[in-house]
Amino acid sequence: MDKEYVGFAALPNQLHRKSVKKGFDFTLMVAGESGLGKSTLINSLFLTNLYEDRQMPEASARLTQTLTIERRGVEIEEGGVKVKLTLVDTPGFGDSVDCSDCWLPVVHFIEEQFEQYLRDESGLNRKNIQDSRVHCCLYFVSPFGRGLRPLDVAFLRAVHEKVNIIPVIGKADALMPKETQALKQKIRDQLKEEEINIYQFPECDSDEDEDFKRQDAEMKESIPFAVVGSCEVVKDGGSRPVRGRRYTWGTVEVENPQHCDFLNLRRMLVQTHLQDLKEVTHDLLYEGYRARCLQSLARPGARDRASRSKLSRQSATEIPLPMLPLAETEKLIREKDEELRRMQEMLEKMQAQMQQSRAQDEESDAL
Amino acid sequence: MSKGLPETRTDTAMSELVPEPRPKPAVPMKPVSINSNLLGYIGIDTIIEQMRKKTMKTGFDFNIMVVGQSGLGKSTLVNTLFKSQVSRKASSWNREEKIPKTVEIKAIGHVIEEGGVKMKLTVIDTPGFGDQINNENCWEPIEKYINEQYEKFLKEEVNIARKKRIPDTRVHCCLYFISPTGHSLRPLDLEFMKHLSKVVNIIPVIAKADTMTLEEKSEFKQRVRKELEVNGIEFYPQKEFDEDLEDKTENDKIRQESMPFAVVGSDKEYQVNGKRVLGRKTPWGIIEVENLNHCEFALLRDFVIRTHLQDLKEVTHNIHYETYRAKRLNDNGGLPPGEGLLGTALPPVPATPCPTAE
Repeated sequence: MDKEYVGFAALPNQLHRKSVKKGFDFTLMVAGESGLGKSTLINSLFLTNLYEDRQMPEASARLTQTLTIERRGVEIEEGGVKVKLTLVDTPGFGDSVDCSDCWLPVVHFIEEQFEQYLRDESGLNRKNIQDSRVHCCLYFVSPFGRGLRPLDVAFLRAVHEKVNIIPVIGKADALMPKETQALKQKIRDQLKEEEINIYQFPECDSDEDEDFKRQDAEMKESIPFAVVGSCEVVKDGGSRPVRGRRYTWGTVEVENPQHCDFLNLRRMLVQTHLQDLKEVTHDLLYEGYRARCLQSLARPGARDRASRSKLSRQSATEIPLPMLPLAETEKLIREKDEELRRMQEMLEKMQAQMQQSRAQDEESDAL
Repeated sequence: MSKGLPETRTDTAMSELVPEPRPKPAVPMKPVSINSNLLGYIGIDTIIEQMRKKTMKTGFDFNIMVVGQSGLGKSTLVNTLFKSQVSRKASSWNREEKIPKTVEIKAIGHVIEEGGVKMKLTVIDTPGFGDQINNENCWEPIEKYINEQYEKFLKEEVNIARKKRIPDTRVHCCLYFISPTGHSLRPLDLEFMKHLSKVVNIIPVIAKADTMTLEEKSEFKQRVRKELEVNGIEFYPQKEFDEDLEDKTENDKIRQESMPFAVVGSDKEYQVNGKRVLGRKTPWGIIEVENLNHCEFALLRDFVIRTHLQDLKEVTHNIHYETYRAKRLNDNGGLPPGEGLLGTALPPVPATPCPTAE
């Protein structure tokens, strides 16, 4: 018998097969001022026409518009793998004359998804948890400015600890190559200065070949990605048809790495890091939210309840989750604490009584 | 009865004009017609040349203001328009230029000369406009500046001992830069233009137009024109100031087809077909600033400088300034205080008509 070969090397394949059968959920948020080519880019990335029925309101209508959150879902299948892609859009962002706090609805939305997941995870039926958490936020920076604007900084600071941010320069065909480089550097400097944490693409494995490592380093250096989107195919007499934008002075090719970083973005977002984005969302961002949330509810008597192990043992329905307004939740917790304390006291009393009676019995026995 | 009179008048006139033949006068009669070719050349038409010579000697003032979010290429465009570094670009990436917290007004003057004509050009920049998170009323400093210039001029005009040539710092033209979103105007654009089109000539301009294809450009322009019309915003050339039919047809064409001009600016030269042209070089082609197939910069330049420069000044003086002046006289019930001013104030003109007038 072959003692050395156990056979669990096939585990990745089993996982793979299971996940392929289950399919993937992915929620992508796009944010940024209107008119930066967000919808066109999404359509280009996923080769769909998600924004067909969109109505763009006029400026006078937008004077009093507040930010709304819109969700669109699409199922994409490729090579037997099904992806249920949910796109979260933020129309109205940055439009008004006064944009103060316009990012709050977005922050609230992201936290709501965490909240929902926390509730589901703590619930009784955990077989079919729907993961509606936002796995990635593509933030569009204007190519017409000189780096991040005050509004960009305010938005990014509000969400950077809650969602993976990938900054992107929209409509990058407005820039000459030198300008693109300068703008990217400026944005990187500003992100560092403002201490904004964007999504860090993981280091490639040390056993990858040099070529791959070089390519990986190049891709990381091109962040923020300068992108151009298009769903139109242009045929420039003679050459093969390409997706692009035709101007009188030439044609921008979306998939030409000399023209823009679209391919890099697609590769990093869709082809290599989709799973990592989900994992970081779950392991880092969601856990951070959960810890913050539970800690803020923790009371002196119940602090140990925040530890994970206890939660799994106790019945989940007892835990007051922050679905209710905080005051009510606190009241509930206090009541539960009281109950627990009373029960503990009773238990102790009973135990003491039992010990006493046992001791008495022993004494009487001994006698 | 009145109908009969003219006839009788001509009858008598006719009878007067049919005199008995008189001997020819020794001195020829003065010509009654304007066409004086018959008698010789007077030379009134040289007045144009005289005016031109005077203008060349004195030169003239032109004050242009640029308004728009930072990064839309305002300074580059003004430099391209006047083919000189008249506007200091804050866009050089090495410098640490922070966005100002409030709108600042920066006026820089230059004297440029061409063909013997001197122009004292002042470029008024408005850094900080539209860049904050909360841009409420960010047009107020701009409106205040414009009115301050009118006030300055008014004070000079009202003096007893007036200067021969009152220095003109009034804003003759305000280029408003629209961001090329491709959708429509932004609420801030509407607000600004609504407030300021009443006090200054606004010329809306679509900035960085090399980011739109031909179809996108024409659709965007149509939408912008419609939005401006729907909101009652009169940009220059304003319909109500067209003087005659010729003006009207020319301006109608500009208003309804060309404006807002979709422009690209550049201060870099590249070699194209053996010529050196101002442009932007990208991996997919070179955008030539002065090529009408690429952008409408040449149209804007011709419009502002070559054809309508004087008209911009005249509308500013005859209409915007006069409106301001009338308002000031009405509001204060008198002229503004100044040195050497007549002590008497004009009787206050009632702002609303008296009820008994009806």
